[in-house]
Amino acid sequence: MSYKKSLYFTTAFILLILMMVISISTGAVKLTLEQMMNVLRNNGDNISKTIVLNLRLPRVIASAIVGMGLSVVGAFFQGLLRNPMADPYVLGISSGAAFGATIAIILGLNLLAINITAFVTSLATVFVVYTISRAGTRISMTTMILAGTAISSFTYALISLMMLLNREEFNKIIFWTMGGFNLTSWKALIFTTPIIIIGTFVMYSFSRDVNAILTGEEVAEHLGVNTEMVKKVILIAGSLVTAASVSIGGIIGFVGLIIPHICRILVGPDNRILVPFSALSGAIFLTFADTLARIILKPSEIPIGIITAAFGGPFFIYLLIKEKRKNEGM
Amino acid sequence: MPILRVENLHFSYGKKEVLKGLNFSVFESKVIGIIGSNGSGKTTLLKNISGYLKPTFGNIFIEDRNIRELSIKEKARYISYVPQDIRCDFQFTCYDIVMMGRMPFLRRFQPERKEDKDIVRKCMEMTNTWQFRDTMINQLSGGEKQRVYIARALAQEPKILLMDEPISHLDIKYQIEILSFVRELAKQGILVIAVLHDINLACQFCNEILIMKDGRIMDLGRPNKVITPKSIKSAFSIDVDLIENPKNNIPYVVASIV
Repeated sequence: MSYKKSLYFTTAFILLILMMVISISTGAVKLTLEQMMNVLRNNGDNISKTIVLNLRLPRVIASAIVGMGLSVVGAFFQGLLRNPMADPYVLGISSGAAFGATIAIILGLNLLAINITAFVTSLATVFVVYTISRAGTRISMTTMILAGTAISSFTYALISLMMLLNREEFNKIIFWTMGGFNLTSWKALIFTTPIIIIGTFVMYSFSRDVNAILTGEEVAEHLGVNTEMVKKVILIAGSLVTAASVSIGGIIGFVGLIIPHICRILVGPDNRILVPFSALSGAIFLTFADTLARIILKPSEIPIGIITAAFGGPFFIYLLIKEKRKNEGM
Repeated sequence: MPILRVENLHFSYGKKEVLKGLNFSVFESKVIGIIGSNGSGKTTLLKNISGYLKPTFGNIFIEDRNIRELSIKEKARYISYVPQDIRCDFQFTCYDIVMMGRMPFLRRFQPERKEDKDIVRKCMEMTNTWQFRDTMINQLSGGEKQRVYIARALAQEPKILLMDEPISHLDIKYQIEILSFVRELAKQGILVIAVLHDINLACQFCNEILIMKDGRIMDLGRPNKVITPKSIKSAFSIDVDLIENPKNNIPYVVASIV
């Protein structure tokens, strides 16, 4: 790895730690560094202990883990589908999750049950998309994108209909779908974190194979890559990671789309470097967004999806213009 | 022991039979040019040999090993493939691209060894692409790009190098440069099989010509044996005259003016 890239990694790592500390101290009640250190040394007062251990810590961990998971899935899906517009939701996962969550909310289930239902329905949706796209033994990536889009519109139509028929739950459904970590509990974390971490690591282990697929599926096969197997593994692991992320944080847009792009500009397309860097950057970005979500309209919170879109969109456009200038300059 | 043996090869896309029972063996490294009209099965034959397509019937042996029994990774150590047109939207450097040719020899988490780096450098120097090592692949011209992909194919240290219309997009200088280079490779022990559109270039540079017609091998042999006005008429349904290259007596096809 070059000197420049090691510098990026070190910076990102320090930023992540810093961001997490800031995030733990920020919110309706502000904590000083001393108060936090006391909690860590296990001699803090009960109030700061509760705030740090039961409220802030789980949500900071959740935002970092979800940011990591979505960015890594985004990087892999963009590569596998060879489509720069791909994100973790391209296969209809978000619509499936929203569908499950809507039903669970209407049925009056508790938060953990809502999360689990969303997880199950999102996987069911991907399974339908996958089944549609299978032609013989090979999976067509183009069909997958199209099927994902079609299933999404259909599912969102059903969701809108359900919302119309259950107006009293309207706000709750909207808030769930826009995403946020304000209600994250250790319980939800214990069920999702292992899925996200293991899934991410499984995908990462196929980095070199996906590099070859970036230059063409058929070409990759001639380099000894079992493309069909790699595609299946990435699709399954990526869907599990996304479903787990959505079930804990709702449908947080833009992270899985822009973080991989930004990272690709900084460290290049080699997945062996891009993936860990995206993981770090995604974690930083989402922790940052979650912190902002807490302080912009203090004492109330705004959905994190609004922050990611508001920051992500313009920043992405800035990068596109900058890249375009750079390329034309040569 | 033949390097390559094709035995009663049949292949169908769905119900459409594209290859209808092909048989041939190659015993020594040389350049074989495949010619034939569009849809005669040239590329399909190449992809069956590469193992990307599985024969519906019949077998292909490489050094007496049936390719059905080889894993995808093992196959990539015997055969490499240079496709017709490669589009890569991702900003890989040429060095990264050529290093991918070492993938069949590396385990999942194994970093590239010194020997891999040496081989990559050697292949890039051979193809005259070492100066592009830090250049992005999508900034190169067609001919340069093609040479980088040939370097990658060579980094696989193949016994057999398959090329699908390797020179179709290139100007005459690069066409001749690449075909001469390919001839060198054959002398160094690599069997090269290339689908070519230009019959005359094929005759000049290939040791043997394989003519495909309607999914069958019409003829296989030295250019001045198999290229005749009659065979061209049969394979392409056009009338041609032959003149001879005075330097090497190799036939040169010209369209008949009626």
